[in-house]
Amino acid sequence: MGRLNRFLTGKGSGAGQGLSRRGFLVTSLGAGVMFGFARQASANQIFPLDKSGPGEGAFEPTIWCSIAPDGEITVNIIRAEMGQHIGSALARIIADEMEADWEKVRINYVDTDPKWGLMVTGGSWSVWMTWDVFRQAGAATRTALVEEAARLMGTTPDKCTVSQSVVSASNGKQISFGDIVAQGHPSHSFTPEEMAKLPLKPASERRLIGNAELKKALDIPSKTTGEAIYGIDAKVEGMVYARPKMPPTRYGSKVRSVDDTEARKVKGYIRYLKIEDPSEVVQGWVVVLASSYSAAIRATDALKVDWIPGETAHVSERDIQDRGRELINHKEGGVYVFNDDGVDAAFSSAHTVMDKEYTCASVLHYQLEPTNALAFVKDGVYEIHAGNQWQSLILPTLAKALEVPESKVLLRSYLLGGGFGRRLNGDYMIPAALASKALGGKPVKLILTRSDDMVFDSFRSPSVQRVRMAFDASSKITAMDYQAAAGWPTGVMAEAFMSKGVNDVPYDQFAIAGADHWYEVGAFRVRALRNDLAEKTFRPGWLRSVSPGWTSWGVECFLDEVAHAQKKDPVQFRLDILTATGRNKGEAPDAVGGALRQAAVLRRLAEKVNWGKQTLPKDTALGICTTAGQERGMPTWIACCAQVHVDRATGVVRCEKLTIVVDAGTVVDPDGARAQTEGAALWGLSMVLFENTEIVNGQPVDRNLNTYTPLRIADTPEMDIEFLPSTEKPMGLGEPGTTVVGPAIGNAIFNAVGVRLRHMPVRPADVLRGLQGS
Amino acid sequence: MTTFHLNGREVTVDVPEDTPLLWVIRDEVGLTGTKFGCGIGMCGACTVHIGGRATRSCITPVSAAEGADITTIEGLDPEGNHPVQVVWRELQVPQCGYCQSGQIMQAVSLLKDYPSPTDEEIDAVMAGSLCRCMTYIRIREAIKKAAAAARGDSSNG
Repeated sequence: MGRLNRFLTGKGSGAGQGLSRRGFLVTSLGAGVMFGFARQASANQIFPLDKSGPGEGAFEPTIWCSIAPDGEITVNIIRAEMGQHIGSALARIIADEMEADWEKVRINYVDTDPKWGLMVTGGSWSVWMTWDVFRQAGAATRTALVEEAARLMGTTPDKCTVSQSVVSASNGKQISFGDIVAQGHPSHSFTPEEMAKLPLKPASERRLIGNAELKKALDIPSKTTGEAIYGIDAKVEGMVYARPKMPPTRYGSKVRSVDDTEARKVKGYIRYLKIEDPSEVVQGWVVVLASSYSAAIRATDALKVDWIPGETAHVSERDIQDRGRELINHKEGGVYVFNDDGVDAAFSSAHTVMDKEYTCASVLHYQLEPTNALAFVKDGVYEIHAGNQWQSLILPTLAKALEVPESKVLLRSYLLGGGFGRRLNGDYMIPAALASKALGGKPVKLILTRSDDMVFDSFRSPSVQRVRMAFDASSKITAMDYQAAAGWPTGVMAEAFMSKGVNDVPYDQFAIAGADHWYEVGAFRVRALRNDLAEKTFRPGWLRSVSPGWTSWGVECFLDEVAHAQKKDPVQFRLDILTATGRNKGEAPDAVGGALRQAAVLRRLAEKVNWGKQTLPKDTALGICTTAGQERGMPTWIACCAQVHVDRATGVVRCEKLTIVVDAGTVVDPDGARAQTEGAALWGLSMVLFENTEIVNGQPVDRNLNTYTPLRIADTPEMDIEFLPSTEKPMGLGEPGTTVVGPAIGNAIFNAVGVRLRHMPVRPADVLRGLQGS
Repeated sequence: MTTFHLNGREVTVDVPEDTPLLWVIRDEVGLTGTKFGCGIGMCGACTVHIGGRATRSCITPVSAAEGADITTIEGLDPEGNHPVQVVWRELQVPQCGYCQSGQIMQAVSLLKDYPSPTDEEIDAVMAGSLCRCMTYIRIREAIKKAAAAARGDSSNG
């Protein structure tokens, strides 16, 4: 569908230029134009990285990597490290094509120099976005090194082979990458066009990509010793600590008065600041400064602030959902993602119609490291030190808030104590930067406590989905009409990145994707509605798996309902409409095979769980779900079967086992892929059975783990995950696992006790109500 | 003034008595491996050993540490090679890693009390340690493997 091209071509900001448009500097490097070669760090990634430059005589064949005279290969990573071990996965791609010795590969997380292009880590895109670029960069590096090696060995490149960082000539001579750099002068330059023409290795010759034995993510060792440095650990000499006093509404609260009489009694209290933010991202904040963070916590508790609250001070979750229903029921407005001819005709001539509503509650990120940032001025430039997923997005906003040009703002990356989409929105950097500005550039370390962080979260919007299907007299599907209303994160925070509907109106693909499924359903309409009340009340965020994490609840529970209504087997019913015709045929390079690959994962899943032939105890059953992951433009074909037991006395649902089959194309890092799928699937489980919040008086009601209850170890089921072998282009894996679990559980509950639940999360009280009603 | 032993070194700090030990360790002493997660003792990211027992440092006032022996993740093993740390790396347990210092400290304590823990014992003891990346499957496996290694039994590894 090419939707993601808008991200790749980066319409959003000066810093947002697409990877594919970047030139590649290919020069022998003397000048210190780069920072951060972590020569001291061995395999441990220690943040922040040393800024000493690549060292005397290093060869930097592209901006993506350099080879030092001692043979050490440094790969530059522009993606945030937040648990996906992305640096290691991407380094494999470049190192494999280069024929590098993996033991000599290091990774380096970069700053926000515009040369890196669009810096975003989300949407499960990283491997998919980097695959071609890094293979080409690896090929360019190998080519340049082999040319120089041939010269040094008195032969020609065609008589050389490369393996494990060593070039061997047919005359029996050998030379290592390090010695080529130390003894020679490799300097071949390639234009992007030339790079694109370099021959790439066939899948059969890959040694690092897909290698399951190579079980060593480079970021892991320091995470077992306490040495790993996250944003919250960043320090500079002379910094003061800060904590915000949170206003009663996300927007529009105005400070009437501040009384720091009690705060002054706290040892270490310095002063408070009223934050005026020209970018209007942060409104009505008062920040307390202190000499230690514990003093800042206390002084903030003691500070009294009187606000005139914003207009959403009494908005509830129900108000927002009712507004969603109103928008859906109103004929005007909305954006059509699909709007085939004949939808209305099919419904008016239908023999039967199925019409159901599905709702999903607000969900908080609760990334374990609360949001924080360290800001100060150095040499006339605002440096912001923080973990962040989308540097290119927040940089222009920071410049606007600080009223300086973008060139006067530099972000330095750290490990993220959880991203999950929260740190795509870098709003938490703004008050830190403004506090530093108010102090004349003095370093300020602002940390939100957990409750501050939850109030300030840009959480997953509650949503309403109305799903209708028309059938003819023979029960054949003739049309489908899908509508959903929610707050639009991309609309609020990154409008330039929105897609356009068939009616030429922009819409947020991250608030509807997943509804545009790959099933054959006749005339198909998908309509996306933007919930204005949600957006007035809070800042809707991208949360792990974004909309497919909740649209699947509508689509896949609905399809199950249809299958049962038609007395068909839910697996066979889906297979019958995964026929890969029309728009579902799929296109190269991203969706070769189309819906047939989704059918294949579902078929394999059914085989694995012995679908339809299993004997299970009473009130225990299986349920299934299948999706295409995150985006039609980047389909990760996935199917899940959940085994649940329902306790009829308490309504408690226990998930006993999750079985998952995935076709993500080429799997670059098998153990990392498995880890991502485990975590993603358990997020799905957590959202359907364990966590959710509710907006009360304009803010999420939950403020900590005493009432917000994500999945813990005791409720973690047995898991069986299988990746189908493939040499197709790699797709994403950070989120698809999340999309399939909720509906699989909902469908399993129906199979176990006959109760159909249409609200996520599933609460014991809802199950009991269903049992009493049935 | 409060004096205690931290990773074998005597430390004296001059902070209000009710300052949470977590912030003393992180900001006064400067050891940042111990993490701030919830601030109410319910996520386990701040877990340290006091007198060998797993303790939530975010709700422990520094005054309670007077004279105590405290061990943080940095002091578990001089080379970072405590058997639990080793098995954590072998099984590639950490994802974002933020909770893992606390998970490891809790797991070390668990294995002292239950050298051959059952699933139920692991679930009960580790229930207080939230992993938002949901690495629970590997945490469970790693604890069992570390227990087996301590018994000199490699068959269960």
